[in-house]
Parts: sequence; C-alpha cells; structure tokens
Amino acid sequence: MIKAYIKAISYYLPEKVLTNESINSDFPEWSVDKISSKTGIFNRHIAAENEFSSDMALKAANILFTDHQIKPSSIDFILLCTQSPDYLLPTTACILQDKLGIPTNAGALDFNLGCSGYIYGLALAKGLIYGGIAKNVLLITSETYSKFIHPQDKSNKTIFGDAASASLISADEGIAEILDFELGTDGQGAENLIVKRGGVRYDKSILGVSDKKDDFGNITNENNLYMNGTEIFNFTSSAVPSLIEEVLKKNKLLKEDVELFIFHQANKYMLNHLRKKIKINEDDFYYFLEDCGNTVSSTIPIALANAIKDKRIKNNVLLAGFGVGYSWGGCIIKAIE
Amino acid sequence: MKENDFVKNFALQFDETDPESISLSTNFKDLEEWSSLVALSVMAMVDEEYGVRITADDFKNSSTLADVFETIKKRL
Repeated sequence: MIKAYIKAISYYLPEKVLTNESINSDFPEWSVDKISSKTGIFNRHIAAENEFSSDMALKAANILFTDHQIKPSSIDFILLCTQSPDYLLPTTACILQDKLGIPTNAGALDFNLGCSGYIYGLALAKGLIYGGIAKNVLLITSETYSKFIHPQDKSNKTIFGDAASASLISADEGIAEILDFELGTDGQGAENLIVKRGGVRYDKSILGVSDKKDDFGNITNENNLYMNGTEIFNFTSSAVPSLIEEVLKKNKLLKEDVELFIFHQANKYMLNHLRKKIKINEDDFYYFLEDCGNTVSSTIPIALANAIKDKRIKNNVLLAGFGVGYSWGGCIIKAIE
Repeated sequence: MKENDFVKNFALQFDETDPESISLSTNFKDLEEWSSLVALSVMAMVDEEYGVRITADDFKNSSTLADVFETIKKRL
C-alpha cells in the first residue's frame, strides 16, 4: 500500500542578522526587553541585497542533499512555495531544476502561499505520491519578505525574518508518515495582509504612491508589505481552534493522543494566546523563533527540523499553518519508531 | 462583568504605565505606552476573560475605557 513520508528536512538562514538592539536604535521607543518579551524573537536573518528566493532555495536544497546523502537524480518532482519569486515568470522551481542538476523528466512548479504554505506543500506532495505521479518530491519554501518591508515599519521589521527550507517527501519510509489533512480558505481577508503593487493589476512603477501611517504609527505604502495586525489576530484567534478540532476529528484522535503541537511560528504572543485558548500544555507545544523570527512558510519545517534533532518527534505530531489569504491548514504526522 | 475587574484587566496589559493611573474615564489612546501590541493584548484579554471579540475599529470608535466596556457589554 502506498504511503507518503517526510524523509529529511534542512534549512538555510541568511548570514546577515537583525538584532533587537539594532531595531531599538532605529526606534528608541521600542525597548529591547519589550521586543523580546512580547514577540519571543531576539534575532532575524535578512537576505543579502543580491540574494533572492531562488538563491536561498538552492542553498537549502544543497544542505539537504549533502546532510542526508540524497542524490539530485532521485528527485522526480519539485514543489516550491514562495510569495517573493525572483521573476513573475519563469517559475522559480524550473530554475532550481537546472541549478540542482535534477533530471529533466522531473515535474516542477511554484505555488504562492504564505504561512500555510508548508502544510499545503505536504498535501500536494502526498497527492502526487498517492496518485503514482511522483516518488521523491523535493518540497521547498523560500521567502524574502524583508525586501517588501518599509524601512520605517517597526512592527513588520520586528516580526519577519528571511529563510528557506528543503524537505524530501517520499514513498519510501522516513521519519514520519503524513496522515490526514484539514484545509481552509477565506479570501475575504485578502486586504488585511497584502503587497498591493508589483503584480500586474497595480504596477510598482506608478508614481505618487506615498507613505501612510497606520493607527499605531507604523509606516507603509502600497509597494510594501501591509499587515493589519489586529484583524490578523482576530482571524487567527477564531480560525485556528476549530482547525485543530477538525484535524483531530479527521485523524480520529483526541488532543491527548498528540505528543507535540507544531504551529506556524507567528510570534510568541500569538502562539501563547492560541495555546491557552485551545488548552494545550506548554510542554506539548513547540516554540522555535528566538533566533529567526517569523519566516512565513519556513517556520514549520524549521521548527520540525529542530524538533527532530531534539528527539521530540514521537507518535502523533500535529502541524498547523495559518495566515495570508486567508489560508489555513493542518495535518497529523506519525513518527516511525 | 464588573467595571472594577475590567479596569484592572485592562491596566494589566501595560508594562510601564502605573495601573493606578488608569480608570474608566482614561483616554487610553493618549497613554504614552499605547501601541499595536498593547491593543492586541487587550483584544486577547477580552477574548479570554469575556469570550467577546473586539476589533481595531472598536478602539478607533472609543475614547475611554468606559466606551470599550460598553462595547463588550453589548456583545456578551
């Protein structure tokens, strides 16, 4: 019987580090202690000026291949999640096929999702494997949100960091089997987390796009990343508890059957609120954002890679991602003992 | 829902502001420490304590703690 497994995960963080001290020197009212206590973040990594999503994706994939002795020739599908692609076209995954030396008879595509991206990637990879279309899927997440953020946008600068991850999803037995999913979408929230210009509808070259200050003094304009933090908070707070309930139901599990919960690492404050609301013990809830911040679609694979290293992946583990779109998804992975 | 408890819970969301200086008639948006993070803390507190959802617009349409208190009361 066909099954799909997470076989290996690696990730790449850019060299340049943005510390709380450095944010504090630009925004004196934003104390170092306050940033760390509220967000749980101490450092974020920022892509170099000449470093883009394909570059970071390439580095993450090369680390995966080296650390886990994976041959590029064994890959028969590339799925790449990004919202900051190098180009409108061609597809970043096609560039990667060539640079990684993956066979030309492999399939490759990009998909555009944010914080729910890794879960959707797992769902797509599982579908390809179950459909007999692919055996070894290279699932990549790579995001350079820092390039979208206005230099005076204190909130987004504090939260987001750049990163890329690479996972091998395979029909051959690995670390954990991918079980059942619950997915969800609500496009009504599109305007609350958006980079409005730079696509085709609103050209980035249009003049007269001026800076705007929000209710809390954060500066942004339509060329930059805009996040309505309070609306995103309300969305998350109402969508995630029912998401968790549905994931458990689909997998015929109770909350007590789950050894570890790994959520999208939005920020510590949001995670704590969700954890309390869903009534999950702190010991069963994984945090990994101190030294990388919110890396969008890479937070779950980065946390997962560290949980594997910490030997925390036992029995049932629940993964959940949620954010821009709005889009959300969750699944259970079952550790192979 | 008691007014006193609400004021106390609201004041707890600030780190540097003296809780004694906050009352029902305080114009909270004029407090130096008021920020998007404090706003989120208040929203989380209201959700946890009263099971009610408030939005950024509710803050925009309120001046004092009493205004927020009234909004919550209507949604209980």
